[in-house]
Amino acid sequence: MKKTVRVRYFAILREQRGLDEERIVTEAATAGALYEALRGRHPFSLPADRLRVAINGEFRTWETAVSDGDELVFMPPIAGG
Amino acid sequence: MGFMLTEKAIDAAALVEGLRDMRAGACVTFEGRVRAENGGRTVTALDYEAYGPLAEKEGEKVLSEAGRKFRITGAACVHRTGKLGLGDIAVWVGVTAGHRGAAFGACRYIIDEIKERLPIWKKEHYADGATEWINCAADGRPPGGRRRGKAG
Repeated sequence: MKKTVRVRYFAILREQRGLDEERIVTEAATAGALYEALRGRHPFSLPADRLRVAINGEFRTWETAVSDGDELVFMPPIAGG
Repeated sequence: MGFMLTEKAIDAAALVEGLRDMRAGACVTFEGRVRAENGGRTVTALDYEAYGPLAEKEGEKVLSEAGRKFRITGAACVHRTGKLGLGDIAVWVGVTAGHRGAAFGACRYIIDEIKERLPIWKKEHYADGATEWINCAADGRPPGGRRRGKAG
């Protein structure tokens, strides 16, 4: 089933994608499947196991289902402080 | 009070003034500053980028946890975003408590958790013109090519 989601990019992923955010029409069932699909299209250097995912402003697991209208953020390894 | 992200220079004196509390016999503050060296390379500047809503939510959570784990009377934390120069304050933590043990303990807890958990990223600019997103090397190595270790 097709759904439209908003994906936001930060740091190294933003640079590798060349965009801050985009709307994507996807059939990916889970957050993990969506990242793999995007990684197939863009030169993302980091595998999913180095990232975390947030959906609608909350940390979620890669197995979390993607729903129409979701906002997803794939977060590179953090380095605050 | 509380957690805040800011694009402006951190005013440590104003922040510590905001923690004035007649119940507090101790006030411990920590400043994380931009250092001129990392992994053997000469650093000239840093860019910090944050996923704001989640960083703020997680930052508030860390402060609440510190309030439950330690007998403190107040706590605040501010983290910079944007471009920082050498010596600039990247993160500030302040804690007040009746006694120093809780203030030191909570301050340490807050800075350690902030560094581990908040979606904030750091890009280093080096003297040779190169740049690197810290912790984001595809092979997991830290800058300078040494084995992965605990960041400063």
